[in-house]
Amino acid sequence: MSYHSIVMVKQVPDTANISGQVMRPDGTVNRSKLPTIFNPEDKVALELALQFRDRFGGTVRVVTMGPLKASDLLRDCLYMGADEAFLVTDRKFAGADTLATSYVLAEALRKLKPFDIVFAGRQAIDGDTAQVGPQTAEKLGLPQITYAEGILHAEGAQITVKRKVDNGFEVLEGTLPLLITVVKDAATPRPFRAKRVMAYKNAHTLLELEKMAEANSLLYVDQLKDEYASKGLFIPTLTADDLDVDPSRCGLGGSPTKVHNIESVVLGGSAHETIPATKDGMYALIDKLTEDHIFG
Amino acid sequence: MNDSNRHVWVFIEQRDGKPADVSFELLSKGRKLAESLNGELKAVLIGHDMQALAAETFRYGATEVLLADHPELKHYNTLPYSRIMSELVDEYQPRVVLFGGTFIGRDLAPRVASHTLSGLTADCTDLQISDVTYLRKEYSQLLLQIRPAFGGNIIATIICPDSPVQMATVREGVMEKIPLAEPVAGRITPVPYTPDAADQLVRIVARHREESKVDLKAAPIIVAGGYGMGNFQNFQILYELAHVIGGEVAGTRAAVDAGFIDHVRQVGQTGVTVRPKLYIACGISGAIQHRAGMQDSNKIIAINSDPEAPIFSVCHYGIVGDVMETIPMLIDAYKHKLK
Repeated sequence: MSYHSIVMVKQVPDTANISGQVMRPDGTVNRSKLPTIFNPEDKVALELALQFRDRFGGTVRVVTMGPLKASDLLRDCLYMGADEAFLVTDRKFAGADTLATSYVLAEALRKLKPFDIVFAGRQAIDGDTAQVGPQTAEKLGLPQITYAEGILHAEGAQITVKRKVDNGFEVLEGTLPLLITVVKDAATPRPFRAKRVMAYKNAHTLLELEKMAEANSLLYVDQLKDEYASKGLFIPTLTADDLDVDPSRCGLGGSPTKVHNIESVVLGGSAHETIPATKDGMYALIDKLTEDHIFG
Repeated sequence: MNDSNRHVWVFIEQRDGKPADVSFELLSKGRKLAESLNGELKAVLIGHDMQALAAETFRYGATEVLLADHPELKHYNTLPYSRIMSELVDEYQPRVVLFGGTFIGRDLAPRVASHTLSGLTADCTDLQISDVTYLRKEYSQLLLQIRPAFGGNIIATIICPDSPVQMATVREGVMEKIPLAEPVAGRITPVPYTPDAADQLVRIVARHREESKVDLKAAPIIVAGGYGMGNFQNFQILYELAHVIGGEVAGTRAAVDAGFIDHVRQVGQTGVTVRPKLYIACGISGAIQHRAGMQDSNKIIAINSDPEAPIFSVCHYGIVGDVMETIPMLIDAYKHKLK
């Protein structure tokens, strides 16, 4: 039996490498200066899905919700080996918290039925909430297996997964379809395949084709779209209209959590005692710690 | 606001029948939140043979335990647990629901929040009740969900102004566990559970338990290393220092991500929060997420080659220098003075 998988991926700001330029003096974030990356655990989720396809056959599609430039991320997925990629994007989706995000993603997944397994990274590094996976599963009425470290076996509609828990691990058997969130140790993402990069660097969304057409009066969008689609190089876009969503449940307005206040982290004056990094300094430090009743 | 909408609930997590520490920590915090709200503190407990554990929550101020006790609920399983919890929240509409930021809590809470359309904030480092003006509207007694965000460059206060139920997860050790001198006279209310075929769509076929040998929270001295240790090899010197002075070794998230040390030893917002007698921060720059997990230590020593490193703003003794040169000198000084 072969299986159809969908991987939920996200383009995230590289929060581990925030430079001075990104933080304004008033403590707000200058997003335009933020480099973006493939959310690491989503990349692992894609790898796990590709390995699963290698073992059992089937397809791997990827879907992301994000701004138009998230098409870069989808091309990366195609370079790794995804069969098809979908961009869920709409101004109405902006500012969504995890609940509003999972609502839209769940509606997108409904459009992409049938599928057997939905994969996602455990969490995204820009929020570390680990909420979107379980919330999407709940919205679709799917069972979930979070913190997956690997897929041990699959047969018919049964899948056996090893997952991390607080004090060890569990082996779970689940009935498909279900949603799996993946931790970083589950797999090592494969490098981009040169041949696929050559092929898919020309994969484009409708908006990107529109820009090409605007720049060249000899090109017509509809024609371009047909041409790209026939070569498998068209990245479909799903908007609020395509998904038939309730706008009141999308984006900032559909998000129950709101940011009330943001404080930049201002460090207070350092009232500490400076100890020289010398032998004498260390002797003096031991004396002080003895006086503090920590040693001795 | 109906009456129930002033209550604070804590999901009591049990593994193999043993309560998770974080649940008692949350009860201790929840008690204060309930006082501010003029409501009651209630515990929700799901498992099997849980009477004794249920009564333990009275020591932390729970006035009622909603107890779903059934052989099929012995071990945590997402679907039945989230179904029970979601139905209870739907029925009673508590004002606040708190979950531990554990594997179980982080599996369960988003599912319940999604079902009940509640706002949920992960890994809060502080929780308060306050009146809030948001977009020129007055809201009374909202839960302020405070957490570092965006790589630790900002501290965000999250609110759920229009969500009847406000939910949050909190990591172990962040809140202090404060038992009452005398347990309150609480009551246990059984919650009926009817097994459903759909509850078994995911089944546990094997469980492997390793009792963690590391208890950072109980360690009087912690020697912690950051990304500034440079590599795995260098990091090992921290074990030597810890061995000599009798401490445990810990690391920052960057050190964990770099593979210098295991995640169970991670201190910070997404790891463990510690309050040892002595915390020695080696090659740690001091991002807010890390400081959130150690700044209440009794004494803090920081060793870093960068004099501008934020860690120096929370330390008591600061050493600007190369960790690989300073630590051997510190070990020698200790041995010479105290052995």
